[in-house]
Amino acid sequence: MATYYHRAVQDIKNNGFLSTVTIITIALSILIVSAFALFFTNANNVMNYWQKGIRIMAYLKPDISQKNFPDIKRKIQGIYGVQDVNFISKEEAFKRLKEQMKRQSSILMNLNENPLPDAFEICMIASSQRGEKVEEIATKIESLPSIEVVEYGQKWLERFTNIFYLFRLAGYTMGGIFFMAAVFIVTNTIRLVIYTRREEIEIMRLVGASEKFIRGPFYIESIIQGTLGGIIGIAVLFITFKLISSNLEHSFKYELLNIKFLSHEFYCGIILCSMFVGWLGCYISLKQFLKA
Amino acid sequence: MIDGKDKSSIIQMFHVHKHYGSKKALIDINLNISKNEFLFISGPSGAGKSTLLRLIYLGEPVSEGQILVDGMNLSRIFPKRIPFLRRKFGIIFQDYKLISTKTVFDNVALVLEASGKKRKFIEKKVRSVLRTVGIEQRINALPPSLSGGEQQRVAIARAVVGVPKIILADEPTGSLDSDSADIILNLLKDFHTRGGTVIVATHDKELIRKAGGRILYLKQGHLLGPTPI
Ligand SMILES: Nc1ncnc2c1ncn2[C@@H]1O[C@H](COP(=O)(O)OP(=O)(O)OP(=O)(O)O)[C@@H](O)[C@H]1O
Ligand SMILES: [Mg+2]
Repeated sequence: MATYYHRAVQDIKNNGFLSTVTIITIALSILIVSAFALFFTNANNVMNYWQKGIRIMAYLKPDISQKNFPDIKRKIQGIYGVQDVNFISKEEAFKRLKEQMKRQSSILMNLNENPLPDAFEICMIASSQRGEKVEEIATKIESLPSIEVVEYGQKWLERFTNIFYLFRLAGYTMGGIFFMAAVFIVTNTIRLVIYTRREEIEIMRLVGASEKFIRGPFYIESIIQGTLGGIIGIAVLFITFKLISSNLEHSFKYELLNIKFLSHEFYCGIILCSMFVGWLGCYISLKQFLKA
Repeated sequence: MIDGKDKSSIIQMFHVHKHYGSKKALIDINLNISKNEFLFISGPSGAGKSTLLRLIYLGEPVSEGQILVDGMNLSRIFPKRIPFLRRKFGIIFQDYKLISTKTVFDNVALVLEASGKKRKFIEKKVRSVLRTVGIEQRINALPPSLSGGEQQRVAIARAVVGVPKIILADEPTGSLDSDSADIILNLLKDFHTRGGTVIVATHDKELIRKAGGRILYLKQGHLLGPTPI
């Protein structure tokens, strides 16, 4: 194993240019794929954050008396998909409105009666926080006799979600294409290396080297290239990310868009994937071009 | 001496033919080589000497016939076993077949690395063999920077370093002056006295005369026996 490693490192040095080109191409592919991944994980987080914010407001008819409230609440809670029901009295609502309007609250002062209705604020379980589900629940609530009107989930969010899913599909496709491109490049590099060393391989066979002995260094070589490519790709992405995000923090106060770098598991996964690219490229190449 | 029936054979050929397309390089060869034999195969250029050796180490398959080497039937051997067959041989190729991008040391060390020897052992063994063939001072040189004779010595060092059972030497003294040829001959004799089998393909009459082993002549693909006619 030590001699295999030694020989592999020797080969990388001997084929310096070819190795560099391979590592750079793998790094580029990894950079592009992981940049996509970074964008989508963050977009996904933001989406989830917004979707968590989807609530249904159910406004009560003004003539419903206070003693019926617990009963209505129980009925709403009985609907499948509802997680939590909060009662917001018209006084509470009025207070919130005043807080939100602050400077213009004088307008409200002139009102001698609170015009707001009592309401229930309904949160849904995670699996029901999607367009059709929300609509379904909202219709059920609206059909209750004591509810005058319901307001819910912004239509634009739904549309945005669909676009997002489309983008994500494009992302997966791009990822797949870059994966294949990287494998193809490694395959070609190894093929060139096999070609430049065909005489040497032939001689090794003649002096009794096993196939394992001959192939081992090729595998180590391409796995090293895959790993280096992966690490470089992720490192470049990380540096770029840091530069951009510190810039963003300067220009905005972005608590809402709390952008994060890829999780440890994720980028370790990408580097593993990159090692696999190296292995696979080598495997294909040896299978095709190194006939015994 | 010739039939070798009383000694156990290490290489046997039965009705071996080798064609290259329509060109017949070897025709109906029957041959029995005993353990610890020192055999010369001679004959004019193009007679098929190198081809005969190539068939023995399975550098090429036979077109017809059977070859047994140390109990292995070459036409039945599993591909995975070929490296083990090759390790029985130390081969000195007519065109040396040195790896031009590797140093003299690495070229010779390759044999021992391939059979999984330890680094330390390899280091010592390779140096000692290179000393014996008299090329120790060029240990870090690349083969293209060596003279033909020097390359030949490296090729010989590589052939003997793994302590094989059989040495197959194709014109081992082809590029050497007679003094250097003597050194090589002594190396081969030394290997022979320690129990090894040596097969040399050559038209170097001087070498054959000095060595004094069994001789077989090849002519246009036919094995003639101990006389060239
Ligand atoms: N790979 C090949 N393809 C076609 N013909 C070949 C091949 N190898 C050898 N031959 C032919 O087979 C015949 C025997 O060749 P071989 O190399 O065995 O001769 P030789 O006795 O070793 O000659 P020399 O003394 O010149 O080395 C020659 O006529 C040669 O042209
Ligand atoms: Mg020849």
